[in-house]
Amino acid sequence: MSDKEKPSDLARLEARLKEAESRRPPEETRSERGKGLSFAFRIGTELVAGIAVGVAVGWALDRWLGTKPWLMIAFFVLGAAAGMMNVYRAVAGLGSQVGYKPARNDRDSDRGAGEDKKPGS
Amino acid sequence: MAEKHSPLEQFLIKPLIPIKIGSVDISFTNSSLFMVVAVVLVGLLMTAGMGRRGLVPGRIQSIAEMAYEFVANLIRETVGSEGRKYFPLIFTLFMFILFGNMLGMIPSTFTFTSHIAVTFAMAGVVFVAVTILGFIRHGIHFFSFFVPPGVPIGMWPLLIPIELISYFSRPISLSVRLFANMLAGHTLLKVLAGFVPALGVAGIVPLAFVTALTGLEILIAFLQAYVFAILTCLYINDALHLH
Repeated sequence: MSDKEKPSDLARLEARLKEAESRRPPEETRSERGKGLSFAFRIGTELVAGIAVGVAVGWALDRWLGTKPWLMIAFFVLGAAAGMMNVYRAVAGLGSQVGYKPARNDRDSDRGAGEDKKPGS
Repeated sequence: MAEKHSPLEQFLIKPLIPIKIGSVDISFTNSSLFMVVAVVLVGLLMTAGMGRRGLVPGRIQSIAEMAYEFVANLIRETVGSEGRKYFPLIFTLFMFILFGNMLGMIPSTFTFTSHIAVTFAMAGVVFVAVTILGFIRHGIHFFSFFVPPGVPIGMWPLLIPIELISYFSRPISLSVRLFANMLAGHTLLKVLAGFVPALGVAGIVPLAFVTALTGLEILIAFLQAYVFAILTCLYINDALHLH
């Protein structure tokens, strides 16, 4: 435990740390991957939820008004449209906002590309 | 015997302390027990982490500070400085879901986030709160939410129902996402684990799969809490900044 040994120990540790650090992917890509994965989770259920709500509303209205099965069919289509619109909005960077408008603040980095794109014609 | 190995048995709710008020069953169940455990653990972590207030943080303090900064950054990125008021709500939701998911990864525990009753209650609270927030902030103008700007009036009868469905699908997607991911992950783990004793020596293959999947599940447990929190932030942002 002399003083001479310590610097060399530290230097060796330093070298090993450097080597270990070079092996791991940069911080940026790792957090990007997590963000991408979480974005994928978000998109997956948006579509299904739209259809589910549409069918539920149509079914309830049918029971209430006795118009089986027409309103359920109509609302299934509307629900599918709503689900697709949810997905389109999230992917095109319009935010999750209801209504066609680019998100006011584009700071949310996981809204992906196409932020400056004009909303669909 | 077969019943015992059912992969869905882990989701069974068992009353621990039966309580009945009138005809309503409000028993203290294993689900409630783990919710209490999660709350106590989060509380302990935060109080222990903030107790010493060292300039150089110790382990517990580091975890508490990381959790705080993670959620604070999330809010700053999605809502901006205006969102700071909503930090307690989002932090509570995030930590509760995170601890629920992570506790569920410990073998023989109960995952309360795998029940739609729990996730839908949380999503419902967020949905109602955000709607009320929008009304308080914008009054009647809140309904412009459902009328996309720049759309001819002839299209309104078609688009307003679509927008309404889109709005009401929010709590559904929020709750289904969390519950389905937890349910599917834990069922898959149990099913694969069931193959291990059944296959004898070859059981090492499913065992390897289970090991890998456990790692993936821990990642998903974190990501689902993150997604729930970020979507809550986005909804608050929408309610604050109407078009």
